[in-house]
Amino acid sequence: MTTHNKIDPLGPGYEGVAGKELRFRDVFRDTLRAEMNRDQDVFLMGEDISGGFDRDTKEPLDAWGGPFAATKGLVQEFGPERIRDAPISEAGFVGAAVGAALTGLRPVVDLMYFDFVTVAYDQLLSNAAKSRYMFGGQTRVPMTLFARSGAGTGHAAQHSESFYSMLAHIPGLKVVVPSDPYSVKGLLAAAIRDDDPVFLVNDKKLINLTGFVPDEDYVIELGKGRYMQRGDDVTLVGMSYTSVVCEQAAVQLADAGINAEVIDMMSLSPFDEDILLESVQKTNNVVIVDEDTPRASMASEFAAVIADKAFDHLDAPVKRVTGPHSPVPYNKGLENAFMPQPEDVVGTVRNMLGRD
Amino acid sequence: MEISKEKLEWMYTTMYRIRRFEETMLEQTFKGNSMGVTHPSDGQEAPPTGVCAHLTDKDWIGSTHRGHGHCIAKGLDTHAMMAEIMGRATGQCGGKGGSMHIADFSKGMLGANAIVGASIPLAVGAALTAKYKGIENESVGVSFFGDGASSQGVLHESMNLASVWKLPVIFACENNGYAEATPAWYSVSAEDIASRADGYGMPGVVVDGMDVFEVYEAAGEAIARARAGEGPTFLELKTYRYHGHFHADDPKKYRKPDEEEHYHERDALKNFEKRVTGQKLMSAKKLKSIRDSIEQEMLDAVEFALESPMPDVEALYSDVYVNYSNPIFGLR
Repeated sequence: MTTHNKIDPLGPGYEGVAGKELRFRDVFRDTLRAEMNRDQDVFLMGEDISGGFDRDTKEPLDAWGGPFAATKGLVQEFGPERIRDAPISEAGFVGAAVGAALTGLRPVVDLMYFDFVTVAYDQLLSNAAKSRYMFGGQTRVPMTLFARSGAGTGHAAQHSESFYSMLAHIPGLKVVVPSDPYSVKGLLAAAIRDDDPVFLVNDKKLINLTGFVPDEDYVIELGKGRYMQRGDDVTLVGMSYTSVVCEQAAVQLADAGINAEVIDMMSLSPFDEDILLESVQKTNNVVIVDEDTPRASMASEFAAVIADKAFDHLDAPVKRVTGPHSPVPYNKGLENAFMPQPEDVVGTVRNMLGRD
Repeated sequence: MEISKEKLEWMYTTMYRIRRFEETMLEQTFKGNSMGVTHPSDGQEAPPTGVCAHLTDKDWIGSTHRGHGHCIAKGLDTHAMMAEIMGRATGQCGGKGGSMHIADFSKGMLGANAIVGASIPLAVGAALTAKYKGIENESVGVSFFGDGASSQGVLHESMNLASVWKLPVIFACENNGYAEATPAWYSVSAEDIASRADGYGMPGVVVDGMDVFEVYEAAGEAIARARAGEGPTFLELKTYRYHGHFHADDPKKYRKPDEEEHYHERDALKNFEKRVTGQKLMSAKKLKSIRDSIEQEMLDAVEFALESPMPDVEALYSDVYVNYSNPIFGLR
């Protein structure tokens, strides 16, 4: 097993590393499978993670194979005890997962849509995140949760949120946001093996994207970001799908003769302060791109850290490109306007650099 | 039900220890020696004692803000508990939890919990671990909660989960008649909370929670069912707290004197004493020697706590995570 804690500064080139081009969703499932084979205490719980039971035999049908078919086929391999379909009771089964983690298992919970976090928020905040501290370090809560976030798929106000800061704000909880097949493999494995509760937020727009994935068993150290692209003129900071947006913006900026450096944060709690400061000290300009709403957001947090620790290196105020302070709308045109688009990033950079 | 001499002695010791711990803890609180809010459980000694009499360290319990009795019945050390309430480094949680967050994982105690109802699914999760590992016969989950928590959604979710997954769980509802100041007759939509168990496909049993023998018998059946893989049981243990909701709450503002007298006449300890001496199961001398040893234990616990050091300020930053690469310090 390899720990990727010093990501290749030139981004995912992986010269000399054996691997293949894979879909995000397949890598996610393969990683879950590998972790369940690796450790018998790992089990998965959630609504319709197999989906459907035969009326006569009572056997699971795997009709859904999980939301977005994320876990299709796993119930045949591991059985219904380890791929445990749950009633629609997020508070109940997240609480049960905390209890299982406190008593020796390593539960993985599929919360389906990110928006359902609020239904289980008390268990996450008051039990999962606080047990270790308030009981004086007597215990640990090795559980992983994941849920699908993000606008862009017509799921509207209650199935599209990206409220990362609602999770990253909680002491005791870790938050990771993969942005491609490479990072979901390393971050999901790291989350499941970690002894603290970790929430992996999975933007829906990533599910069918493909990318290069090394064959080897590796984890990505929690709290590390990576360079997706090197550049000298401006730093673009992305997280989850906005890392893809930043890369697209960087292509357009290159056409205008602007060399953007792109950072993919990968972890939001803990997060990689060093990479932010290192890049800003070089480029002296930074734009943070976040699909979350702007107030008390990760974009605001990163901006505060940069202002605090790299103020003298800035040639212009830190800019944030985020969703508006509104729920996610349904209408396609409105939804597109809600999400940070590459053009928004390009426009912000051009203004910032005086290159209109 | 036959109860061994050792078990009877344990029951009396446990109930008297709970009673005197709460009274002593209150005295210390009013002297200003405890550092926050405390919720005394004296009057409610029979439920934790009668239930935990059937449990070992491998069984798990979840508890509430009114959790001292559960801790004591599960075998926690009263010195470390008193020190915790006084916020000391030697406390059960190093002074970081306080009265409402006392836990001891080595004793199968998942922690007192200050969000009403929030510990209920934890006991379900502990039972899930037991079922997952195939050790239901030696590890069950017991959730203690009150009539107030019976109105929380998470209880109903937990009951449904425990029933559909057939988990070894005992839902031990200590109905003391009051959720803070609000009477159960106002806030609970059923005469007996246990009647709700029917809707979740599990037995619901109403028990006199002032009588430790009745609690012991009902809990014994429920726990035997759980250990045999027959699933959850709901026990409603009707009991009474002698003090207010928290240390500074005067219950006379919302309870009538005749009601308080009624329960004091049915005091769990007095009735235990009457019964065991009447039936010559234990001698008055033995009872007194137990009481004397507990009195000494309480004096020692207070002395231990008062003489214990405060936690080092570094403790503020420890144990938030097992490991974390960003600083925990606040911004100054």
